[in-house]
Order: sequence, then structure tokens, then C-alpha cells
Amino acid sequence: MKRRWLTAPYIIWMLLFTIVPLCIVIYFAFTDSVTGAFTFANIVSILDYASIFLRSIWLSVAATLLCLIIGYPVAYTIAQCKPRTQRILQMLIMLPMCLSFLLRTLAWVALLEDTGILNSLITSIGLKPLPLIRNSGAVILGMVYNYLPYMILPLYSSISKINPKLVEAAEDLGCSRRQSFTKVILPLSTPGIASGITMVFVPAVSTFYISQKLGSPGTIMVGDVIESQFKGAYNPNLGAAMSLILLILIFICIGLSNRVTKQHGSEEVTPL
Amino acid sequence: MKKIPLLFLALLLLGSVFMFFPKQTFAAPVTINVYNWGQYISDGTDGYIDVIAEFEKAYPDIRVNYMVYDSNETMYTKLQSGGNAFDVIVPSDYMIDKLIAEDALEPLDFSNIPNYRYLDDAYKNLAYDPENKYSVPYTWGYVGIIYNTKYVNEDDVGSWDLLWNRNYAGKILMFDNPRDSFAIAELLLGYSLNTDDPEELTAAAEKLKEQKNLVQSYVMDQIFDKLEREEAWIGAYYSGDYPLMLEENENLAFNVPEEGFNLFVDALCIPKGCQHKKEAELFINFLCEPEICAENLEYLDYATPFSAAKEFTDPEMLEDEILYPPAEVLAKGEAFHALSTEGTQLMNTLWLSVKTQENVLGKYLILTGCALVVCIGLYLFFHIRKKRLRRKRGTYYPS
Amino acid sequence: MRKASKVITVLVFIFLYFPIIILAVASFSSGTDIAVFKEFTFSRYAELFKDAALLRLVRNSAIIAIVSTIVATGLGTAAAVGIHRMGKKMRGLVMGMTNIPITNPDIVTGVSLALMFAFVGTILRSNAILGFWTLLIAHVTFNLPYVILNVMPRIAQMDPNLTDAAMDLGCTPAKAFFKVTLHEIMPGVIAGALMSFTMSLDDFVISYFVTGFEFVTLPVEIYNYTKKPIHPKVYALFTLLFLVILILMIVMNILQSRSESRREKMHIRAKAAGGEV
Repeated sequence: MKRRWLTAPYIIWMLLFTIVPLCIVIYFAFTDSVTGAFTFANIVSILDYASIFLRSIWLSVAATLLCLIIGYPVAYTIAQCKPRTQRILQMLIMLPMCLSFLLRTLAWVALLEDTGILNSLITSIGLKPLPLIRNSGAVILGMVYNYLPYMILPLYSSISKINPKLVEAAEDLGCSRRQSFTKVILPLSTPGIASGITMVFVPAVSTFYISQKLGSPGTIMVGDVIESQFKGAYNPNLGAAMSLILLILIFICIGLSNRVTKQHGSEEVTPL
Repeated sequence: MKKIPLLFLALLLLGSVFMFFPKQTFAAPVTINVYNWGQYISDGTDGYIDVIAEFEKAYPDIRVNYMVYDSNETMYTKLQSGGNAFDVIVPSDYMIDKLIAEDALEPLDFSNIPNYRYLDDAYKNLAYDPENKYSVPYTWGYVGIIYNTKYVNEDDVGSWDLLWNRNYAGKILMFDNPRDSFAIAELLLGYSLNTDDPEELTAAAEKLKEQKNLVQSYVMDQIFDKLEREEAWIGAYYSGDYPLMLEENENLAFNVPEEGFNLFVDALCIPKGCQHKKEAELFINFLCEPEICAENLEYLDYATPFSAAKEFTDPEMLEDEILYPPAEVLAKGEAFHALSTEGTQLMNTLWLSVKTQENVLGKYLILTGCALVVCIGLYLFFHIRKKRLRRKRGTYYPS
Repeated sequence: MRKASKVITVLVFIFLYFPIIILAVASFSSGTDIAVFKEFTFSRYAELFKDAALLRLVRNSAIIAIVSTIVATGLGTAAAVGIHRMGKKMRGLVMGMTNIPITNPDIVTGVSLALMFAFVGTILRSNAILGFWTLLIAHVTFNLPYVILNVMPRIAQMDPNLTDAAMDLGCTPAKAFFKVTLHEIMPGVIAGALMSFTMSLDDFVISYFVTGFEFVTLPVEIYNYTKKPIHPKVYALFTLLFLVILILMIVMNILQSRSESRREKMHIRAKAAGGEV
């Protein structure tokens, strides 16, 4: 009964199409764009973009925290419903994920623009239009909108797995509602929190579409710069160096979040 | 019971295949890849000619795969990064210059392009292709400012300065490519549009950085939507695109700034690596057919280098001063040439720094520092409290 | 507290669906501007079905989603079965590799694949390497981990004696795999396949970097569209897709709950009969 060979095609595939490409990224990051010689110049020049890296991290941390704060009550409420309602609500959370996020973001542009739906409502009652779009707030809004389901679903699945008898037991033993929440439900849902954070933070920090559409020239993000290196001014070496740094930053952030949540003695976190 | 979802999945998969299969198109023997600017061919909207459909009708053996780009640089990147074989491209003058220098263009076989004879002499032997070996001009035009008369004071109009006017902060659009943006700054500073001088390029970049806070976005074809819907009020763009915008919004006006402007020719070329050269040449020839050319340009609103096509053009268009400006206006135009490799590289780097660098690093560093301090503080607080609690418990329940 | 979270839930659902409704409403407007509703019309839907280019994009997206789902599901299921039999060390290594495409940001995956394809292209001296096959490879690559992560738990739950029993009863190992193992892990396989399908149907970022000239998918073209004014028939397409997915989900839901309630009934009946289930 040896079935290990079944894994062979998979391992070869993953080596060829994830490990090798990553090695090529590393190769490009350390070579000169013209001569092809080994150089640290690309990595060093990234210091010029430190503010962009910091901004990307700030905006996506803000979006992730907002997702967590908004998403937790939703996941909790869903988990309290009857099984049938739970299924329907879960489906309704998943539905927007299946639809083109480009178009949905565009709908936000139409809503928020100076001449957009909200502002024409505001001006029609005689007020001055508000600066709703092209600022950090709009970018965060776009991220929260796009990635909220990725926070709610893992939260929901870990909350719904909590045995309700545990909560009952805690309350029988004299815990107040609040205490039973902070002492029982919250710690037991940390795996969900950790995977939710990862699933929101990673796409948010690397996005380029959302900041292009909802941001301004002053809210440019890492993703924008990487995209422009590959699609506009052709400098794949700088783009590769930035991708590499981004990757390292993300691994550090995920490592930290895993560490914090692991302290509660919960199981290993996978992003699903 | 478990089979039902499986069955369903299979049905879904099958259904989606059949549902979306349009009428079977029989594969034509040859497909040519045409890579052109966005909104740069008449595609059959509003009753104008559908050039590609007409071509496929005239040459049933050739199918056209049409794709668009939004700047010379994007097109160049696509060529450079490999992975795609193009048969026809439409670069501007300076880009043709550069591509020829890099040996990236195929010399054309003019026996397949008999319509070349209709080309005006003024568009032969131009600086970018002095021997007329690689390119057939498609259209020509120039760069100016499009603005909305409803919001913009006429007194402010007249100079490229308008794009630096603080009164219109947040309502200004700028080119999203280095060459066109630098040209505007260079015009304002009184430099040549083809300067390679690092100092002048740096000064131009500084000028663009000054403008950055006023700019709503750096855009290419998105400018149509933004100006038509009055989301933005002022933008620099190509002359031939103005009439298209005017059709949608009558408040838009066009201004040719006094400092001068960039005069450009876009020409049809065949890049190296092309797989169907003859068919590509037939396509180029078809576009030069006077009647087709005239009908195509009626939609495009760009000026034609083929006087023969003017016979078939609406005379009103020919009198349009924006399309065909008088000679004294045209005299102020300057054409782009390819910059030196170092010049191009410096310009690219400077452009990236215009778009990305800002003096907010300090702010972010302080913010990040504060956040770290708060995090560590919170961590220590909880850690100590936990320890204390444990110690307290320890006294109550010695284990 | 509970009330507050109920209110938040309602608000979140409004928040999630508001833009979708905006797009759906815009698909019935005769104007081109989303923000202004002109006259009510169905003509966008008629235009949509006449637009061969747009339908070809939809077909391309569907083809790539289906083919990549099939390949990824096959490879992934086989791999999951194999991984389950591995030693702890090896398993950790392979699972680590599985996690790479998930934790990698899409843009890095896209960029790295694009660089590799360009590299292979220069080796092969081909300048037309980007196309259907590169897109397929990319999609299979990001789908595989989802299949594995969905199938693995099912295999872990399975009673390992079942296959042995099947073979004792005369099955060949292959037959045992298809008749018993596959049957047992089917829900996981289906979940993984569905997930892959939706992921690759909607993928933009990775496709954007590896897509070629000849084979463009819908999301990539929508991105190109948005550089110029977007045509309202795209909203019509969006609305139709929304409805199709909604109906699919509702049907799935009904089927699921029906099978569940039947199981419950059987349970009750069996109990009433005094037997054990």
C-alpha cells in the first residue's frame, strides 16, 4: 500500500511553477537591468520607496483591523442562528467573492466620485460635495469592502466549532456574559482570527487595483509600483527586488500574527 | 445523495461551456496580431465604419486579433518582455526611432503596400525613419489642453501654466507616461523637448513634483471618462481625442498653449518576430486605402497624412482648425526624437520618483514608532498583569 | 451586545450588496454613466448577446476555469492521498510548499510566473509563449493548494480499514481507490473543485501578468476596459452572472438541506424502530 508516488506529479509541478519562479525573482532582484551582473543596487534603491512600503503596511493594517472589528460581530451573529439560516447567511457572505472585484470596486468609484451618486445626493439637498474619493480613507474602504468576506468566513467557521456547552459551563460557574465571551469564545476563536488576518492582510498590502481606482497620486502603494515596473517602464529587476522585499515583509507579519495567536495554545494556523 | 452535488457540478461545467460558445467561427488560416492605441480605430460604433470587419471581409483568409495599449512605453514593455508575437504596431515617431536603433523593426516590403503612393511628400523622409524603410504614417496630431469652460476661468487659459494653477487643485489630469509629461514641464522651462541633459531633466522632474499635489490622477485614456463626466476639469491630451470628448460634453474646449507643443506622427510598423509579414503588410495597405482611411478618420478625428483621403472626407472636418491647425500655429510644434539610452533611463527613474517620492517618510516613521511602542506597552502590561494574577492565585491556592 | 452585533450584521450585508445593486440598476439604464439613471431599458442585454467579442471572453474564462479545475482537482486529490501516507517530516515539507502559493501575494505569484515564462521563452527562442498554456499553468498552480487543503481533512477522517476491507473482498488497489477512497473523500473533492472554479473564474491579478495576446479572459479585459469608459453591457453581463451564481447557490442549499432533513428523518425512524444508526 504505497501511494507516495501519487504525490510525485504534484511535487514536480509545485517545484517547477512555484519554487523555480521564486528563484528567478531572486535572481532578477540581484542582477543589473542592463549588464546582467550581480548587484545590490536594486535592493538598496528600495530605501527610496520606504515611505511607500510603510504606507502600504499602514493602510492594510488599518483595513485588517477594521475587518476584524466589523467581521467578528457578524461571524458571531451568524454562528448563533439556526443551522438553516446559518447556511443561507454564509452563502450570502460568499456570493460577492464570486463576482468580479474589478467591477465592484468600480461601483464604489461611481458612488464616491465628486460627481458620483453620494455627492450628487449631497449637493441636491444644497450642501457642498464631500471629498469622498482619492484619499487614504477611500482606499481603506475599498480594501475592507473587498476583503471583509475573507475575514468573516474563517471567523465564522472557528466560532461555530466552539461547543456551546463550554459557554454554558462558564456561565454556570459564575461568568458574566462578557466574561464568558472574553474568557471562552474569544480565546477559542483565535485560529479563526489569525487566518482571517492573514487572508485580509496579504491581498490588501499587495493590491494595486484598489489604490489606482480609489486612491490619489498621494496614496500610491507597493503593488502599484511593482505593476508599473512590469507593465509601464520596463525594469523587471527593480520590480523583482520590490516583490522580494514585499514577500519577506509578509512572511514576517504572518509569523508575528501566528506567534501572537499561538500563545493561547491553539493549533497551527493555516490560512483556511 | 452525495452524487447530487457532483452531478450538479458536472451540469454547471457543461452548461457553462455550451452557454458561452458563440456561433462557431471557423479558424481562418492566418491570424495577425494588431497592437494599437486605445480608441484608435473605427470600430463600428455610432454607425461609423468597422475597419477590422471590413478588412476581414476583403481578405477572408486573414483574421485580425486586435489589442490596445495606452502609451508608447506600455507597448515597448510588451515588446521587450517577450511572450507575444505582434504583426502590426503603431508607435509614435520617437518610439520608431528607438525601435529602429534597437533593430526591432522589420523593413517593409512596399510592393505589398501599393497605397503608399498616396502618402503626402511632407510625411516622407521624416527624421525618425529617414529612408522610409520601416513605417507608414497613420495619423498625425499634437498635444494641447482640454478644459471645461463651465469651471475654468478663460483668463487662466493660454499657457501650460494652467496645469499648475492652484485654483483647480484636484481637478487636473496629467499624462501617465514620462515622455509626454516631461515635455510639458520642459516647455514651461523653455528647454528642448529632446533634451538629454541630466540637469535639465532633473529640473523638469522638480517642476512635475511641484505639480503633483494638484493632480487628481495620472491617466491615459481614462481622461475621456473623467473629463466628459466633469470629474476633472483640466487635462493635457492629444488633439484628435478632443472632438470625441466634445461629442459627449459640449462644455469642453481645446487650447493650444503659447509655449508650444509636441507634434507627433503615429505610424504603422511591423516588429521583428512577426509571423505573418505579408498579411500584416496587406493590413497596413488596407488602412491606407483612401476611402477606408477617410472613413476611419471620420471616427478618429485625427489628421491624415494622405491627401488623397481628403476627397472622401467631410469638408467640415478639413476646415476644423483644431484638426488641421493653420501653419503659424503648427510652426510652434516640436517633434520628439529618441533620447539616448542614458537619457531614457534617467527620465524613467525621475518619472518614477515624481510618482512615488514624497516627504512623508518622517511622518510614517513616527507613526510606526508610536504603534510599536503602544504594542510593546500593551504586551508588557498584559504580561505583567498575568504574572501578578498567577502569583496572587498562587497564594490562594498553593499547589 | 447581541443586539448591537445584529445591527452590525445587517449593516454589513447592506454594505456588501449596495455596490452590486448599483451595478445591477445601471445595467437597465440607457445612459453610459453609472451615476445617472436615464431611462429603463433591456437593450443592454440584447447588445450583450450580440457582442461576439465579449462572449468570446466569457467563453475563454469558462474554458480556463473548467480545464484548470479538472487538472487541479485530479492532481491535487492524488497528491492529498499520497501526502497522507507520507512520513511526518516529508509531509511537513510538502505542506509547507503547498502553503507558498496561498501566502504569496497574488502579484508576486503573477510576476514570478511571468518572469519564468519570459525566461523559458528566450531559451526556446519563441516570442509567443504567453497564451492559453501559460494561463492554464498559472491557474492550476494557484488552484492546487485549495484542492489539497479541502481534501486532506477528509482523508484524515476516513477509516483506513475501509480500503483494506475492500481489497480483502477482492478489489484491486486501483478499484479500491475509486470505489472506496474516492467515494469517502468526495465532499472534500467537490468543495475543492468548486473553490478552484470560482477562484480561477474571477482571478485577475495573476492572469494579468501571464496572459498573452490570443487568449484573454474576462477580468483582464475588464481591467483594460476601465482605462476607457466602460460599456454598460458589461454591467448587464455582471448582473446575469450574479443571478446565475445566486440561483446555483440557492439550489445547492435546498439540495443540501433536503438531504440533511431526510437523514434526520431516517434517524428518527430508525430510533422509533428501536434500531441503531
